[in-house]
Amino acid sequence: MSDRSKLIATGKPFKFDKKYDTEFERLVKRYPSRESMILPALWLVQEQEGWVCEEAIGYVADRIGTFASKVYEVATFYTMMNLHPVGKYHICVCRTLSCWLRGKQEIVNYFRDELNLTPGKTTEDKKFSLEEVECLGHCGSAPVLQINGEFYENMDVDKVKKLLATFK
Amino acid sequence: MQEAKILSAKFAIKNSNKLTVAKKNGAYQTLDKLFSSKQGEVIEVVKNSGLRGRGGAGFPTGMKWSFLPKGLDKPVYLAVNADESEPGTFKDRYILALDPHLLIEGIIIACYAINSHDAYIYIRGEYTTQRIVLQEAIDEAYKAGLLGKKVGKQNYRIDITIHRGGGAYICGEETALLESIEGKKGQPRSKPPFPAVEGLYACPTIINNVQSIASLPWIIQNGAMAYKRYGIESATGTHLFGISGHVEKPGVYELPFGLPLLDVINEMAGGVWKGRKLKGVIPGGSSCPILTPEEAATATLDYASMAEHKTMFGSGGIVVLDETVSMPELTLNLIQFYHHESCGQCTPCREGLGWMEKILKKILGGDAETKDLNLVRELCDNIEGKTVCVLAAACTMPVRALLDKYRDEFEALLKPEPASATTEAPAEQE
Repeated sequence: MSDRSKLIATGKPFKFDKKYDTEFERLVKRYPSRESMILPALWLVQEQEGWVCEEAIGYVADRIGTFASKVYEVATFYTMMNLHPVGKYHICVCRTLSCWLRGKQEIVNYFRDELNLTPGKTTEDKKFSLEEVECLGHCGSAPVLQINGEFYENMDVDKVKKLLATFK
Repeated sequence: MQEAKILSAKFAIKNSNKLTVAKKNGAYQTLDKLFSSKQGEVIEVVKNSGLRGRGGAGFPTGMKWSFLPKGLDKPVYLAVNADESEPGTFKDRYILALDPHLLIEGIIIACYAINSHDAYIYIRGEYTTQRIVLQEAIDEAYKAGLLGKKVGKQNYRIDITIHRGGGAYICGEETALLESIEGKKGQPRSKPPFPAVEGLYACPTIINNVQSIASLPWIIQNGAMAYKRYGIESATGTHLFGISGHVEKPGVYELPFGLPLLDVINEMAGGVWKGRKLKGVIPGGSSCPILTPEEAATATLDYASMAEHKTMFGSGGIVVLDETVSMPELTLNLIQFYHHESCGQCTPCREGLGWMEKILKKILGGDAETKDLNLVRELCDNIEGKTVCVLAAACTMPVRALLDKYRDEFEALLKPEPASATTEAPAEQE
């Protein structure tokens, strides 16, 4: 497991864009406690920036009115929170049970051999990053990839090749 | 063998996630009947239907509802568990994406029955497209007055909020789920107090699985007796079985409880793929102990039969393994999952599963001896039952079964025993 305790500072202040500001205000009314907004707000940060930087932790804490340590605790616990920048296309390969049984390793090997891309790493041109993740809940159409939120089912090396060619 | 389409009736209909299409095909027809009934009557119908929780534990839904304390001056919350993350389980996703209005209608029924006005759907973070479809359905339902301040002829207020998880399997555990909604790490709480007494925001809370909730509209519409005509006495109704792994036609199939496991694998999922032989079946998600082909031949798809076979019905996520599978490698794959997903709260789980992973790697690397194999087995016994929740047991139970039922495969990887220097040859008797 990679170290999920370190945060990276950008050196620039963080702020929600108007779109995410509006969404924050809509969501905060849905909970009797403002602290319930920690994880939803971190999701909004990630949607806006692609990852969660140190400045965003403080910003979220201030918006909610809680301690930065509480936001830090949540951000480091939930593995979907990217604590470092990821590639333009963030590729998650399911590594568990049914995807393993139906050939996920061949796909991981393809990324390693053809793109010099191993789990946890980003290509030099920052186009692709790879992550092996636990069960994605698509066992009936294994092996499965999730790229920037979209699912790609019943994959094999040939399909991955064709798919990557469509990503500019 | 044919599917019994109660939950999946609208799955094949185009745009079934849209309100107009869903309504044309029977959605929200129970609401008049619902709001003409007393809340206690609704609970009785659900109790009488025999519906058991579809998340994995199989606890009777109506009975769970009746644990709510009466006459408290606190709000009651409904938390819908859509954190489907157990390897081999992918059924709730179909409901979320293909018939979200069935879930919303079920939530209206459940909220009314338990006197709740606020439901939270905790959906796993990875279900991105499913969450968007579900949110659109909720928005449509609000606009149509099916959710909001005045629902039905009793002007009953119901609000539904989707809460996104962040990639933590443990949040499918009901108290970890509540912690997560409260804005904390997903670490399970000690029970008691049980959530029905002190749950979300320290208020009475019912946590139900997506499929349990989605079963409610049919039950209310057709009655408890009609529901009991499906399945067997100890397991009534239908279940969405997810069949995956080495079969010709993996997928989700809705079937009544009680059917023979191998018949379902062969007739619905096309049997073991590529004409290969069966090596084992994980019957209900990765935490359920594996069945050998001989055991699988006598098992039926219900709670009692699985218990007789010393495994669990679980979530109905059936994973089929063909003859080529290396059981030690499978064991490592499972241990890595649970070790990664341990929330870190209890030492036996956080550290113990890590040690199991290390020893398995040693075995697979050809560096282990019999004592290492015995140590994994011993760790299983020492970890289990010593933690706040059952995540660790969800790892040790299947690992123990794999070690015991396929031991020769593990032994084949061990180093030959060194000739012991201390053992003396027995003295020859003259």
